[in-house]
Amino acid sequence: MRDISLHILDIAQNSINANASLIEISVIETDYDIEVVIRDNGKGMTEEELAKAIDPFYTTRKTRKVGLGLSLLKHNVELTSGKFAIESQLNKGTIVKATFNRTSIDCLPLGDLLETFITLIILHPDIDFIFTHKTSIKDYHLDTRELKAILNEIKINEIPVINWIREDYNG
Amino acid sequence: MKKTIADLEKIRMEALKNIELRNSKEDVRIVVGMGTCGISAGAREVLNALVDEISRRELKNIKVVPTGCVGMCRLEPMFDVYKDGEKVTYVDMTPEKARQVVVEHLVNNRIIEDYTIGKRAEE
Ligand SMILES: Nc1ncnc2c1ncn2[C@@H]1O[C@H](COP(=O)(O)OP(=O)(O)OP(=O)(O)O)[C@@H](O)[C@H]1O
Ligand code: FES
Ligand SMILES: [Mg+2]
Repeated sequence: MRDISLHILDIAQNSINANASLIEISVIETDYDIEVVIRDNGKGMTEEELAKAIDPFYTTRKTRKVGLGLSLLKHNVELTSGKFAIESQLNKGTIVKATFNRTSIDCLPLGDLLETFITLIILHPDIDFIFTHKTSIKDYHLDTRELKAILNEIKINEIPVINWIREDYNG
Repeated sequence: MKKTIADLEKIRMEALKNIELRNSKEDVRIVVGMGTCGISAGAREVLNALVDEISRRELKNIKVVPTGCVGMCRLEPMFDVYKDGEKVTYVDMTPEKARQVVVEHLVNNRIIEDYTIGKRAEE
């Protein structure tokens, strides 16, 4: 995976596959690390499933034997001597927390976080997202439920709305 | 400039004017591979190029949806176009090629054979 924003898109797809209706994605950058948290209210996993989930040879999918997404993220975090954690409760949801040590030369670049947020909204207009991106100079927060309350019968993935989100993020 | 709620209200009013022009019927469906290996091969950029080109050309009744791994890593990024009861699979996509597919396949009704999976299998 080329960058952290693509990892986030991939991990969020797991939440969608777990039938989550609300997904929270938070990225907090400091000089020393990039902390990524992805939390969903999807179907969760049993302890046994959870143990298997980060085993690179496990997937519940029938089309391929090897699950890639989580173990690849764990690997890329651990290359930087960062921290990876996943917690899950059956019928409650799942939290994935990945803290990259950005002082390591192996740390992936953050990539285009806005494109990842926008891709998720375009593909899944009916799912609610809470996006957070904090840096020393940025404090971005978007709760799609608030936008939907204003938009009403207009879909959140209409292009003018997407452009509004782009400008709001870059503003 | 930071956008405001008032801007969003304006967008809603504009969109409401156009809503009757559209109907809910779906003429074209594009299914983009968004599994782990699709994403690492560049599926996000391909998808966003498709959506952007479709909106620039003001094409209506086209649905772009994701799918997971289809077990053909080497051909990612890829997507299927369902149109007029026919399915065409485009492989090895880039944002640029994806935009060409929108213009040729969706606007001009010409399949770009060179980009399809059939072509790749012949090689
Ligand atoms: N948020 C989640 N909620 C419930 N189950 C999850 C969640 N994330 C992962 N899992 C379980 O863990 C397994 C492994 O996930 P992982 O992302 O590594 O592979 P995958 O999604 O099966 O395939 P790939 O990501 O390679 O396309 C999944 O198949 C799923 O069963
Ligand atoms: S792992 Fe699914 S297509 Fe490559
Ligand atoms: Mg996955």
